[in-house]
Amino acid sequence: MLSMIRTIWYVFLHMFHRRVTVQYPDEQPYLAPRYRGRIILSRDPDGGERCVACYLCAAACPVDCIALQATEDSTGRRYPEFFRINFSRCIFCGFCEEACPTYAIQLTPDFEMSEYQRPNLVYEKEDLLISGPGKYPGYNFWRVSGVQIGGKDKGEAENEGRPVDLHSLLP
Amino acid sequence: MTSPYPIVTMIVILAAALTLAAGLIWVERRLLALWQDRYGPNRVGPFGLLQVLADMIKIFFKEDWIPPFADKAVFIVAPAVILVTVLMSFAVVPFAPGIIISDLNVGLLFVLGMSSLGVYSVVLAGWASENKYALLGGVRAAAQMMSYEVFMGLALMGVVLLAGSFNLTSIVTAQRHVWFVVPQFIGFVLFLIAGVAETRRLPFDLPEAESELIAGFHSEYSGMKFGMFFVGEYLGVILISCLITILFFGGWLGPVLPPIVWFLIKMMFFICFFILLRAALPRPRFDQLMSWGWKVMLPLALANLLVTGAVALVWSS
Repeated sequence: MLSMIRTIWYVFLHMFHRRVTVQYPDEQPYLAPRYRGRIILSRDPDGGERCVACYLCAAACPVDCIALQATEDSTGRRYPEFFRINFSRCIFCGFCEEACPTYAIQLTPDFEMSEYQRPNLVYEKEDLLISGPGKYPGYNFWRVSGVQIGGKDKGEAENEGRPVDLHSLLP
Repeated sequence: MTSPYPIVTMIVILAAALTLAAGLIWVERRLLALWQDRYGPNRVGPFGLLQVLADMIKIFFKEDWIPPFADKAVFIVAPAVILVTVLMSFAVVPFAPGIIISDLNVGLLFVLGMSSLGVYSVVLAGWASENKYALLGGVRAAAQMMSYEVFMGLALMGVVLLAGSFNLTSIVTAQRHVWFVVPQFIGFVLFLIAGVAETRRLPFDLPEAESELIAGFHSEYSGMKFGMFFVGEYLGVILISCLITILFFGGWLGPVLPPIVWFLIKMMFFICFFILLRAALPRPRFDQLMSWGWKVMLPLALANLLVTGAVALVWSS
């Protein structure tokens, strides 16, 4: 009986507590920098597409919401011909971002993507690509990788030595 | 003491009671939110006040569906019964000197009788729904009302003894020197608990316990029929608050402010207390409810009546 009265008193005291509700449309909630929201495709610091169309994100995606087709430009640089994310399926798990070897696909602190029509939730590459490098400003995959593309021969990448002439190793 | 224009009083009280009952939906949601550190409805209109209007429009447009297996006539009558009985009780409630529809000399008995009749609504609704959960709710309501009405009446007899009248106006005027809550504190506590049980409010909402019985006796009700149960429940809360004010807290008596304002302040206080109870207390098990009623409250009410009677006898001689 006493505990009931105490309960009533404690609940009454909640009248003077701070309310925890965030009045969302009027008042924006704080989103952490690593919040897993809308997915974007980022670009190199020099403006090229980071995505090398390796399909790792599509393979990692537990709900199969990523579809892409790899192709190559004239300089031998791989890029996605189309890149499609179906956000009506996406569960924002972030596995694609973890799988990505080039930091191209990234999740951003934005969740305001409601649509009246379901097909509008399918984002194409031009919807996904942003103009900047996102979370990893200085990183350029093509400059650090040993892959040969137009304008960069083997051994010209950062921290990479000239390729060893195999014949010189012969006894 | 009755007013010179009974029809006007009647319409005003009816309109005020129904508006207040609808407004209580908003009050309850806002207060519950306040005690749970939330905001509650605050989007529609100033402070969310128009939420009530939106809800009412919505409920009027809901499909009024009667299940094919239900006992149709009884199913339709049941929600009307609760509204009628509670509204009838308002006829004898003195809000202020002159603001009363019918100054019955057995006003208190009339209120008790009407609230007993209100049980029919719940039981019939449970019975006519032909649904096991509804029936269980109805049976629970019948048992609960029966056991809590016994000591509800007995708890009030102390007040009647002190005032020497069943007339609610005389009971108020008898509290000119001291409110009856002081000599009848146990009676007040008993009546408060019985009142909560009588209106089937949390923590005594076992007839409609959502977690066990879906919605109990009104599981099968929809649209405005459900709305009538809802309004009936809120009217019941207002009525019990009015009665507590009249019987134990001196009704309209109070300094400076006009009588009706005092009455409304006291009434609102108890309505808020009812909502606080809902926010704070969990629902007891049904056997706990019954044994609490018969083994604790009834003996207490009898003892209270006995002591009050003895003291009144010694005092008068």
